[in-house]
Amino acid sequence: MSNLWSMLLSPEFFFSIFRISAPILFATLGAIVVEKAGFANIGLEGLMMFSALSGSLVSYYAGHWFPGLCAAVVTGVVMSLVMGFFAFHLKTDIILVGIAINMMGSGGTLFLCKVITDITEGTAMASTTGLITRSLCIPNIKIPLIDSIPFIGRVLSGHSLLTYFAFVCVILTSIMLYRTSLGLNIRAVGENPDAASSVGVSVIRIRYTAMAFSGLMSGFGGAFMSMSYAQGWSLDMVAGRGFIALAAQAMGAGECLGGMLASLVFGFAQALGIRFSAIGLDSNLASPIPYAVTIIGLVIFAVSRKRKAAKPRVQAT
Amino acid sequence: MADVQNNPDVEYVVQMKGIDKVYGNGVAANKGVDFNLKKGEIHALMGENGAGKSTLMKMLFGLEQPTAGEIVVNGETVQLTSPSVAIAKGIGMVHQHFMLVPSLSVAENMVLGMVPKKGMFIDETEAIRITKEYAEKYNLHVEPTARVADIPVGMKQKVEILKALVRGAKILILDEPTAVLTSQETEELFHELTNLKKQDYTIVFISHKLNEIKEITDRLTIMRNGRSMGVYNTADVSKEEISRLMVGRDVILNVQKDKAQPTDTVLKVRDLEYVNEWNKKMLDHVSFDVRKGEILGIAGVEGNGQKELVDMLFNFNKPDAGTVTVNGENILGVSQQLIREKGVSLVPEDRMLYGIAGKASIEENILSDRSTKKEYNNGPFFNLNQIHEDTDRLIKDYTVLCKSRNQQVGMLSGGNIQKVVVAREFSNNPVLILADQPTRGIDVGATEFIRKKLVELSRSGIAVLLVSADLNEVMELSDSLIVMHNGHITAYFEDTSSLTDAEMGEYMLGLKEQTAEEIGRVCHD
Repeated sequence: MSNLWSMLLSPEFFFSIFRISAPILFATLGAIVVEKAGFANIGLEGLMMFSALSGSLVSYYAGHWFPGLCAAVVTGVVMSLVMGFFAFHLKTDIILVGIAINMMGSGGTLFLCKVITDITEGTAMASTTGLITRSLCIPNIKIPLIDSIPFIGRVLSGHSLLTYFAFVCVILTSIMLYRTSLGLNIRAVGENPDAASSVGVSVIRIRYTAMAFSGLMSGFGGAFMSMSYAQGWSLDMVAGRGFIALAAQAMGAGECLGGMLASLVFGFAQALGIRFSAIGLDSNLASPIPYAVTIIGLVIFAVSRKRKAAKPRVQAT
Repeated sequence: MADVQNNPDVEYVVQMKGIDKVYGNGVAANKGVDFNLKKGEIHALMGENGAGKSTLMKMLFGLEQPTAGEIVVNGETVQLTSPSVAIAKGIGMVHQHFMLVPSLSVAENMVLGMVPKKGMFIDETEAIRITKEYAEKYNLHVEPTARVADIPVGMKQKVEILKALVRGAKILILDEPTAVLTSQETEELFHELTNLKKQDYTIVFISHKLNEIKEITDRLTIMRNGRSMGVYNTADVSKEEISRLMVGRDVILNVQKDKAQPTDTVLKVRDLEYVNEWNKKMLDHVSFDVRKGEILGIAGVEGNGQKELVDMLFNFNKPDAGTVTVNGENILGVSQQLIREKGVSLVPEDRMLYGIAGKASIEENILSDRSTKKEYNNGPFFNLNQIHEDTDRLIKDYTVLCKSRNQQVGMLSGGNIQKVVVAREFSNNPVLILADQPTRGIDVGATEFIRKKLVELSRSGIAVLLVSADLNEVMELSDSLIVMHNGHITAYFEDTSSLTDAEMGEYMLGLKEQTAEEIGRVCHD
């Protein structure tokens, strides 16, 4: 037991919470902005899978992490715009578009990986883990001054560049939503599209912008997964983080700060699960912890959606 | 009562000339309408629902485009292709359902779409300053920093008016602005409108409340059936004359019928009360009976509780108080299937939504209320021969024009769709038929057919409740008639044959009301 406590109070444990939360946080910010614009993008999972693959591949072929990161972001944005095209122009149900992207994100990425790299190791599934070396990953950064503080330095310093950026994005997204006219338009379109269009705000343009923002965030999240969290892409490596983000968005009441706290709760649960199995707790008991927390989060998501739907709707003329 | 429409001496800010509007489904909403606005006047646009006034104003605000005709604003012929174009020409509209974003502040709603910026960010202080400036200038008091969700309806309306003004509107269209206001808020609004008028703003005031029209407007245009019935100086016409112009019959389709011989009471409605989610009383002590062998009509301007009443009778909504029985058995809160089993049929107002499944075949639509009938089933399977035979017979009896019983109902014309609905509703041995606007928007042939059928069925001993905004229809078909205004019954006429349009109009618009005793005669206890 004392073994467990010392493990949980160690700086490494706290460090891992931030590391594990980062990709969830990126996707959560995407989910928040899309929700503010009045719809839901359940395809974050698939977008992150595509970004993770393209990021690792470009990083390998270019021989540097930066082009890889750019490729991951571009992939996320382009694919989210394609989703938007199907949903807004061709009037496909946005949930179905999301499901399609998620399924493609699983099977389609494996197919692409095999076609592009031609790697098959015996009967094993194709992956890019053999291609990405430590030097092709997004660099970790030691923060001067903080680094030298005992305990806190080991928790806060030495994270991946993208981990820091994820938390910076919380502030940037919040400013975008509440201090810029783009954010005002996004919130107006989400709440009363007729009101927005009656004063000349293009509803469809705003929805595309929100969609692209979720793609951008998925791009960062995906890049983090294959170029920092793990070295290289492998099948289904995002492992439900895109769905957890939807739950985090709801648990955080659709606000940036709340979403960040919810992401940290999920990060904590996952870190806990990893630690438990590390100290020899039966992994059958340890591994469900993050998923149990996710289920609780999703229940909260569902209840909040139901409440929203129960509100009397303003009738359009 | 001089028609002052074409006086060449006056300068008009808006002239709509010979406006025709035909919608995609063939409905002609406006027919050769002329409409003018003088600078600095308050102009009432009056007419019953469906008279075409909303359509006309939608065209002036760029939400719809006229099929034919010309719109001249400040002497210049314009194409108002979108609301933004209309706004640029100085035309603003305050919709009946507010175009506001509830979670944003008043100031944010004011500047939405034209946000003042400081660098990359919204200049919140400037937005508040603009709001305050306009609020003071036009004496429309609003709270710039309050969330719109938290402010009362009257203030929301002021925000809407300010939104139009801040975008440079000189001509304001107000769509039934007093419908949502308390009497005190209405008084305040009138004061503000008079103020705007003094500052040379032109206001179009859509309403059918005669007292308000008399109080605030300078001129009025009356519409009926898509046509303008003329333009008048408000001071020159009496309320009675206005009501006569608004409510009237154009085409008389003569349906022959014998005198009704009503017997036992079938539908008994007592003291129905309903307050809607916006706290407006929609049903106020509504009581009446419908007897075997008679058609009881409900007349009234739309929105006076008729829709709510039908919703209650078929369990689409629940009243706050009251009882409804059919042949002595309660039907309030009972499932639609059970209501139908008690012999109640419904010809719904919205036939596309509640009357049919558009993608299903004629046969499937007919079958929908009788699929469990014994003669249609052989064990777990349908007895298709019997179903085909009966469907074909109904198609023939009701003269439904179609390729075959397998045709999708949604592909038929409006009149034929309605014939499918009535074929189903009339053929399952009903004891009571609720006919809600049974001939709205359908061709003359189908209209006549359905009306004749209703008379025929009532004479065979079925009770019929007919709700219709079409005055011609209720007066021709009904044996007796009640009028609804503001959620309660204001008149009961046992015999409709001697009734005049003018008299009806006065009751429908609330100028007259019978005594409780006279109205009480509709309950045959």
